[in-house]
Amino acid sequence: MPNFITSYLGSTVTPGEAGNQFWALIYVLIIFAGVSVAVIAMNWIERKALAHFQVRLGPMRVGPHGLLQPFADALKLMLKEDIIPAEADQFVFWVAPLIGLLTAFTVYTVIPFGPSQAVSDMNIGILFMLGVSSLGVLGIVVAGWASNSHYPLIGALRSSAQMVSYEVAMGLAVVSAILMTSLNEKGIGTLSMIGIVQAQQQQGIWFIFKFFPLGLIAFAIFAIAMIAETNRAPFDLAEAESELTAGYHTEYSGLRWSLFMLAEYAAMIAVSSIAVTLWLGGWMRPFPNLLHASAWDFIFSLFPGLTFLGLAAITFVGVARMPADSFFKIQRIGLAVFAALLGFIALLLLVIAIAGRSADTSLAARFREGIDYVYWFVLKVAVFMYLFIWYRATWPRYRFDQLMKIGWKVMLPISLGVLVVTAVVGVIVS
Amino acid sequence: MNPGLNSAVTSAINSGMAPIATPWFFYALAVVAVVSGVLVITRRNAVHAALALIVTLLSVAGLYLMLYAPFVAGVQIIVYAGGIMVLFLFVIMLVNIERSSKERRFNRMWPVGLAAACALLALFVSAIAKGKALFPDRMMPLPESSNTQQIATMLYGEAGRMGQYTLAFEIASLLLLVAILGAVIMTKKKI
Repeated sequence: MPNFITSYLGSTVTPGEAGNQFWALIYVLIIFAGVSVAVIAMNWIERKALAHFQVRLGPMRVGPHGLLQPFADALKLMLKEDIIPAEADQFVFWVAPLIGLLTAFTVYTVIPFGPSQAVSDMNIGILFMLGVSSLGVLGIVVAGWASNSHYPLIGALRSSAQMVSYEVAMGLAVVSAILMTSLNEKGIGTLSMIGIVQAQQQQGIWFIFKFFPLGLIAFAIFAIAMIAETNRAPFDLAEAESELTAGYHTEYSGLRWSLFMLAEYAAMIAVSSIAVTLWLGGWMRPFPNLLHASAWDFIFSLFPGLTFLGLAAITFVGVARMPADSFFKIQRIGLAVFAALLGFIALLLLVIAIAGRSADTSLAARFREGIDYVYWFVLKVAVFMYLFIWYRATWPRYRFDQLMKIGWKVMLPISLGVLVVTAVVGVIVS
Repeated sequence: MNPGLNSAVTSAINSGMAPIATPWFFYALAVVAVVSGVLVITRRNAVHAALALIVTLLSVAGLYLMLYAPFVAGVQIIVYAGGIMVLFLFVIMLVNIERSSKERRFNRMWPVGLAAACALLALFVSAIAKGKALFPDRMMPLPESSNTQQIATMLYGEAGRMGQYTLAFEIASLLLLVAILGAVIMTKKKI
């Protein structure tokens, strides 16, 4: 058994491909924990950022700068009474949030955080992701129906109509990116998520810049459709507060409601990962072929540590700026401990970057490489997550007929056109 | 275990791929598919029936995966479980479930259904009885890694040559286009 565990360590493929169930399970647990932490952090950042957009302070009471607010919320949701309406369809009401959660987390098996930093590499990777995430709409539809109430039903109808219509444009945009993977000597493309990033590596260009502006247009269509797919503002008609209370999850409360929220944020991270993988070079650092000297490798590998160092510095500034009143003493100590923790992580990452700077196959070098891949991937996804908040703070909600009109009459023709033109240009070039 | 499967498993091991697709998975998926398939026709509540149908479709997708046909499995999930069933549910939700579940069943087609079921059963029995003559005696080489490419070659052909099923594929897509146009014309009064 120990042999089975250690034999994977020198491997350069994903645990799924190596057939190593132990490491696959470890990866699954790491990703599950990471996504859960990301959702918690996203919750806090969204409330804070939205508040600052609107010249408010946002959560300030629970912990320094409201840092413990998500934990307090989670505790509250867990302790809340779990109400199932008497007229609801008990079983379906119970199973609906689980469908959403399962589909949102299943897609993470193929998300490539690095060339071997994924649970598995399927040769239908992108197809699998689109398929499973399109099952997520079932959870919403079924939740709205099972509540046996008007607002949820209307919300569910709206959101399913919206998701089905935007899926078409989204799928066509994805296909035009997949077409670009086939522009090699052999003329064979790939659907594998890792293969798509490797194709960008081979061609030496992110697909967003390929055949300018074709890649950019396809990316823009995907970026719009993915907001509609995840039911976020400005396409959040399914949960328009002013019209439908809370949409499909109006009748849900407590833990079950929080499962819907978890699924929504996990799905947001998942679609952002698709966009990053298909158009933004996945795990690749910026300019890998222009600045390919090993000195550049070393400089870029310092980025993760420096990022955490910056975060620690910001937190220390926060500590220094806190009122000197004894009332804030505990908060100040807590924030200082948090800053110290961030600083410690930064130190650890810097030590790893320096220890593994030689490009050999030692464990430290491989570890440093893995951290680099995951860092660049997560950074790109984080930009998208911030954009989600930014959109929400900036744009007013669409009307339903406008939404449908844009989906079917604008996005679909454009994505079809981009697909055809991409194919033609690809044939001419090759 | 039959010798054909054994050799397939050993060849899979030799090619560096551990066999995940064991008979255990087949039986588990088959039981789920059959049980939920029975639920589809026995539930009086249409939404429950639709949910059971989704489970059936997903387990069939799992069976496709076991046959080393990942592309078909992915398309099964996208088209049937993700697309068609959502539209099904969409329509069912607009039906008054309580009234329709109390209604007397008004179809009188069960003798025809029984005959069709018996014919299908006879087909299965004969296929199992004459299996040796009908099917190749060994498993096909596993084209898992190039599964999608092979389907594409069959459908669209390669290097200027028409594929095996190009004509059939084009005719099927034309049929679908006619259906789409028909739906638009029937629902829109003014075009």
